[in-house]
Amino acid sequence: MDIGDTSERVIDVTGLRRRYGPSGGGRKSKKATAAFEAVRGIDFSVDRGELFALLGTNGAGKTSTLEILEGLAAPTGGTVRVLGHNPYTERAKVRPRVGAMLQEGGFPAELTVEETVRMWAGATTGARPVGEALATVGMTQRKDVRVKQLSGGERRRLDLATATLGRPEVLFLDEPTTGLDTEARHTTWELIRELRAGGTTVVLTTHYLEEAQELADRLAIMHQGRIATAGTVADVVATHPAQISFELPPGYTPGDLPPLAALGVDGHETAGRTLRLQTSDLQRAATGLLLWARDEGVELRGLDARSASLEEAFLRIAKGLEDK
Amino acid sequence: MSVTDVKAAGQRPGTGAEAAARRGSRERLAALFRAELILLGRNKAALFMTLLMPLIMALAMRQAVSEMPLQANGLSVGTVLLPGTIGFVLLFAVYSSVTGSLVTRREELVLKRLRCGELSDREILAGSALPAVLLGLAQIVLLAVLGSLALDAGAPRSPHLVVLGVALGMLIAVAMAAASTGITKSAEAAQLTTMPFVFVSMGGSGMILPLDILPDKIANILELLPLSPVMGLVRDGWIGGGDLTETVKRLVIALVWAGLAVFAVRRWFRWEPRH
Repeated sequence: MDIGDTSERVIDVTGLRRRYGPSGGGRKSKKATAAFEAVRGIDFSVDRGELFALLGTNGAGKTSTLEILEGLAAPTGGTVRVLGHNPYTERAKVRPRVGAMLQEGGFPAELTVEETVRMWAGATTGARPVGEALATVGMTQRKDVRVKQLSGGERRRLDLATATLGRPEVLFLDEPTTGLDTEARHTTWELIRELRAGGTTVVLTTHYLEEAQELADRLAIMHQGRIATAGTVADVVATHPAQISFELPPGYTPGDLPPLAALGVDGHETAGRTLRLQTSDLQRAATGLLLWARDEGVELRGLDARSASLEEAFLRIAKGLEDK
Repeated sequence: MSVTDVKAAGQRPGTGAEAAARRGSRERLAALFRAELILLGRNKAALFMTLLMPLIMALAMRQAVSEMPLQANGLSVGTVLLPGTIGFVLLFAVYSSVTGSLVTRREELVLKRLRCGELSDREILAGSALPAVLLGLAQIVLLAVLGSLALDAGAPRSPHLVVLGVALGMLIAVAMAAASTGITKSAEAAQLTTMPFVFVSMGGSGMILPLDILPDKIANILELLPLSPVMGLVRDGWIGGGDLTETVKRLVIALVWAGLAVFAVRRWFRWEPRH
């Protein structure tokens, strides 16, 4: 028997694959093109109360994955459990306990904000009062405005209000802040933090590194349908080295440098005259390099030393896998 | 739902949970219905199609019908015009209108968004179609009353056949509407893609020309069209004809079409736009 409720694990994904057929059916299918596999065997899990971010460039497979978690489509392969149930075949058991926000749209243009929330309230078990839901997202003043007249930020807030109407245990947010200005983005982040503080498990997709870094307890970086790396921000960053780059002084070759291993440098690459060193001990490597430069009396043009960051990790993953 | 599942969900087994589920379903349908009704009220083109088009068609037809050789076939202007107008209600107020609203909701991503919620697929389709169906029914009742008084049709002699015909007509119109969305890219395109069914039904299902006054060979083929049995049942209901074999035959044809349309919807209905 399946006892999803007693376990702390709220979402469990094993070997998930999603293929879009050549003859329609899938969101991204293009006429007359061959089948396209958007998700190519991924595993991850999310515990109760966690905020989990799927990070990746456009086309990495984030939305395709989220749609399966939301139960909008059946996976081509692998298994998915949300609150202990199959979200596609056991829709009626899962839906009253989850909320979802699509990447865009989903509301009739000619309804007002209040009419929209009222409609959703009627279709949601244990919905909060309409007025309260509007107040939470700061849309009380705009309740009589038609959806088509709302700004992008207001639409996202309306969307969040309807997604959270039933006080869901799990919330799926597909790029909740894409297209928002800075202020609207920060407001949305604040709302998401409040939900998480209230115990809601949140899965969101984003291509903003800053967003994942700000919000996520754990994240997975997706690339070309696979999870390239996953863990806490610190975990992900830690698996990537710090970096020092500079232009080799005229007349010097990499062989003229002190032995790299002695500097604590794990690897290097050259691009024209620019040399990039990777190290897990930035201070030691930088000190060694700078002492060498002083002794040689040369100038290291374009010198740049930086600790690993999520951005660095993200870019290296995108690049590294493309090179394969 | 198995007993263990019910216990796990912390609900009382048996009728209590089922009643709650039914109540939930009714509430969800009502919520969607209210929203769709507001939207229909705000869509002038759809309102025109729903409320005025059937009447305009009936008025336009009146002269032509009065010149048809009807008496010889036991028909009258009223018993041709009234069922015909009910047919127009099915075509314009229900079929075209539901096709248009479903396509609009799909392109606005409303259908996809609704599927993220608790509404079942069936509830989404039913709730979206309900305003058009109820408005259509109201018009048909009004037509039946006014027509019986103002035209020479009189009251239906076998009302149960009229009810049966209208019920099947609604089912076919809604199912065909949902099926038509598969070949319709936008609300504008719906005006074009709904034309084949509208014209075939108007011309071939006895809405304008009763099949009774056509040569048998042609009538026998046209009887197989989706709305022909519906028109036949409604007309039989009015003039009191229709032996059992005939009625059963019409029922079978209507149900086969309804079944085909429902199958097409289950198999091919798209819940989101094609990119």
